[in-house]
This record gives sequence, C-alpha cells and structure tokens, in this order.
Amino acid sequence: MPSAAYLLSRLLQIVPTFLLVMVFIFLFVRLLPGDPAIAMAEAKASDQQLAEIRERMGLNEPLAVQFGYFVKNTVTGDLGRSILMKRPVAEVILERLPVTVYLSLYAVALSVLVAAPLALFAATRANGPADIAIRGLFQVGLSMPVFYIGLVLLTVLGAKLRLFPVGGYGRSFIDNLYHLALPALSIALYTSAILMRNLRASLVEVLDSEFVQFARAKGLPRRIVLTRHVLRNALVSAVTLLGLSIGNLMSGTLVTETVFAVPGVGRLMLEAIFARDYPLIQGLTLTFAVIVSLTFLATDIVQSWLDPRLRQA
Amino acid sequence: MTTLDRIAPARPNRLSGFAARALKRPAFLAGFAILGASLLLALFPAAIAPYDPLAFDMTAIQQGPSLAHPFGTDGFGRDVLSRVIWAYRVDMQMAFFATVFAMLIGLTTGALVGFYGGIADAIFGRVVDAVITFPFLVLVIAIVAVLGPGLVNMYVAITAVNWVYYARLTRAEIMAQKAQDYAAAARVLGYSDARIIFRHLLPNAISPVIVYWMTDMALAILLGSSLGYLGLGAQPPAAEWGVLIAEGRNFIMTAWWISLMPGIAIVVTGLGFSLLGDSLADLLRPKGR
Repeated sequence: MPSAAYLLSRLLQIVPTFLLVMVFIFLFVRLLPGDPAIAMAEAKASDQQLAEIRERMGLNEPLAVQFGYFVKNTVTGDLGRSILMKRPVAEVILERLPVTVYLSLYAVALSVLVAAPLALFAATRANGPADIAIRGLFQVGLSMPVFYIGLVLLTVLGAKLRLFPVGGYGRSFIDNLYHLALPALSIALYTSAILMRNLRASLVEVLDSEFVQFARAKGLPRRIVLTRHVLRNALVSAVTLLGLSIGNLMSGTLVTETVFAVPGVGRLMLEAIFARDYPLIQGLTLTFAVIVSLTFLATDIVQSWLDPRLRQA
Repeated sequence: MTTLDRIAPARPNRLSGFAARALKRPAFLAGFAILGASLLLALFPAAIAPYDPLAFDMTAIQQGPSLAHPFGTDGFGRDVLSRVIWAYRVDMQMAFFATVFAMLIGLTTGALVGFYGGIADAIFGRVVDAVITFPFLVLVIAIVAVLGPGLVNMYVAITAVNWVYYARLTRAEIMAQKAQDYAAAARVLGYSDARIIFRHLLPNAISPVIVYWMTDMALAILLGSSLGYLGLGAQPPAAEWGVLIAEGRNFIMTAWWISLMPGIAIVVTGLGFSLLGDSLADLLRPKGR
C-alpha cells in the first residue's frame, strides 16, 4: 500500500487547484451582465428574497469577502436554491447523482470488456491483417460523436430489433443493467476506442520487453506469461488512462443522458442551462469538478499501489 | 540567380523531400483526399448539391434512400444529401475557427512561460490543473450558458478552454528546445529574447502542435456538432450536421435516414483529419526518417 506520507502530500496538492476551481466558478456568475442577485433569483423574486440572496452571497461586501462567503457556503453544502426545481441545489444534485455514477461505472465496465480482449488479440498479432482491421474499426469509432453512436444504437437495437428500451431509468440495480444498456454502450464504444488504442500500444511494448522474453525462455506456458506478466504490467497504463478519461466520460454522460432521457446530473445540467437556472448550473459545474478531481486522486493512489516505483515521485 | 546556383547540383529541397515521403503513405493520401473533397463541398455546395437544400417537395415527403435521393428526404420533401452538402460550409468553418485562435494563443503563452519559467510558469501550472479538473464539455456549455447559444459564442467558449491544452504542449516543447546547444549559442551571440523564442525555438517546437491541431479539428467537429445537436451551437435553420441530426430526432422510428445520414459526413470528415494528423505525426517524428 502507498505510504501515509504519500497520501497526505497528494491530498494537499488538491487544495490550491481546488481553490482556483472555486475562483472560476465564483467569477462565472459575476461575469453575467447585471446584478448577480437577480441572476441567482427567480424571475418574480420579491425585494425581500433578493435581499436575502444578497445577504447570503455577501454582495454588499468587497469581492474578496464575497469569495470568502462563497467558499464558506460551498463547504457547508449550501449551494443556493434551484430556480427550476424550487428546492435546494444540493438536494436536487444528490438525488440525481447516483444515476450518473451508475451509468459511468456501467460504461467503464463495458469499455474494459470490449477493449481488453480486442487489445490483447490485436497486440499478439501486431501489424497483421487482424490488427489493422481492429485498429481501423476503432479509428472510425473515434470519429463518431457520442450522441450519434447513441442514436444509431437507439434506432437499430432499440427501435428496430426491440432488444433494449429506448430510454428512461429502471427501478432496481438489476433492472438498470437492462434499462441503461444502450446509453452505457454508447459511451463505452467511444471510450473503448481510446482505451483499446493505448492498451494495444502498451501491450506491444511489454510483449517485446526482456522480462517477458525471459519468462518465455523459462518455458512458462503462454497463458501464464500473458496473464501474470504482460497483462499486469499493461494494467498500469490502462488504469491511468481510464482515470484521466473521467472528463470524457462525464461529457459522454451529459450527451447520452439527453439522447436517452436518463434522469442524471448530465441531463440536469442541460435543463438548468435552458432554464437559465444559474444556482443549479454553478452547483453542477462544481459537482463535476469534484468528481473529476476525486477520480484523479484515486487514479494516483491505485497507480502507486500497482507500480511501487511511482511512489518516489 | 547566381553563377553558383547554375553550376551547383540541385540541392535536395526539404519540402519536396517531405512531399515525396508523404505521397508514399496511403493514410496521408486518404486523409488529404477526404479533406480536399470536404473543402470543395464547403466552397461550392451550389454546384455539387443535386437539389436546392431549402426547396419543399410535397410529392416526396419522408422517402427512404433511393437513386433519386441517396440520403432520402425529410418531412418537407427536402433532399437530405443536399442539406448535408450545404452543411459542410458551417462544419468546416467550425473545425477551423473553434481551434485556430486557441492554437495561436496557446502557442504564444506556452512559448513565453516555457522560456521564462518562474512565477508565470507556476501560475500557469495551477491554471492547467484547474482547467483539466472540469470535463471539457461541461466547461464549454457553462460558458455558453453565460454568453448565450450560437456559433460565435461557441467559438469563444471553446477557445477559452482549449488554449490551455495548446499552451501546455508548447511549453513542454520549448523547455526541451531551450536546453539544446543551439539555443545556448543564440544566447551567446547576444540575440534578443524575442528573436530566440520566435526565430529559433518556436520553429523547432511547432511540429507536435501542428499535429495536435489536426486531431483537434476532428474533435472540434465532434464537439461542435454535439453542441448543435443539444441546441447550444449553430442555430436552426442553419444547416449544420448536429442541427440536421436533431431535426430528424422525432422521426427516428419512421424515417431514420433524416438523422442517421448526416452522421456519415461527421465520421468521414473526422476520419480525414485523424488520418492526416496521425500520418503527419509519423512524418515529422525525426526518428522515423
């Protein structure tokens, strides 16, 4: 396991980055033309409601003090009131977040299931016809926007073949494996293209390395060499890549949730934008940033656990 | 022309050598051909499109793909292929304008922070960390939410985020070039900083940036059409692939071609940029020569 000192130093690194993230989000509402209090309030807000918002955001104070209010409110979980939902922003987001988390993990699982066997298959036949065909296919996948992949799957597997529902969200964990299959697959086809390309490259490299040649020379069976020696080493780069693609993954959920009418935070973001619900937009942007930085942190920890050499860095 | 030029054997020209190597690569040729054709479609849609993209034909409503209408017709009998061809104009512009300013700003900023280092570089490092903490699409649509939907605002939003990626790349390249002997020599000769950065370091650092720009134009089409589809990019009635796909969304059960055919243009054009970008990367890598 990584040492406590490593974990602590890695945790501390997040603080300055996150302060800057907060500055961006703080400036966001202030860049809107006009009074920030009006932007953050309902269209028919009374003078008293506006006064309450001014009080909460510290709008009568200098900008630096306002930022202090913003940090204090955010840390205590007070993200304001959604104009669209007429409820606290934090409450609305927490309600919708599990859907998006489920969809993302489902998509990650599917993309590993698609990419890993194909990458291994292609890498062991590097530059052969099968390798070139697989790589060509995935290059096409990389040129497809996620919303379009979604529409194609929806038309073919949903509407024509009626294998899967064309949208919505199920009631239980198992039910959702079925209900979210198409949205998860849409994201997975895109991320697996990135994953497959990288995994294949690192597999080719590992297959060519001295310790693999040594393992073969020892007469170890091919299957043992591939699983214990090759896959374990290629795993490090795959985990890193998956961790770093979390931004892509979140962008993907935003689009597919819209295409398939899945009630997650991605679709909520678009609803918020069309309703000009600035408190909700602000809260969601912050939520996405938290998800991404926690994933980056987790990636670093898993990476240093898989590859002890990285702990020195 | 001097006498020496006339009697000396022709020197191998750097550019013609590059072209000769490029022409041997099928991937480069394919990418070049796709983008060349795309440019022609964008420049002369009126000459190439078989029908008027806006003309209603009440006798040919929601017809599936046929010889007369290879991509079918939409709910007003308009020819989908002609609409896709007219959309090249907007989408090729999108690839260019959503990336070119980000590239120029990133190139300059990256060169300066890479060359001078110090506090500017430290601040830049924090900005990069903060920007990559947002999913790209989320940040872009949040900025569009402030500015309002539309093509120009979309360019501004994408540029505001995207320059960071170019600057990060340029900075790393400049740092590597700065450590080379020729850079030290230029400094010893007493050249100005500006001359060293823009005449010596940047020309040697620029090829990875150009390669990234090619792939980024493919990404810009994916991003731009996604925003068009979501209603945040190009606005109807403008013909843009994402907008065309969104227009057919409600007929996907009965007339799938209205939505699915425009996607072919996105995939082919994206593929063109990636093929060109990847083969340029191979060609410009010094090892590969």
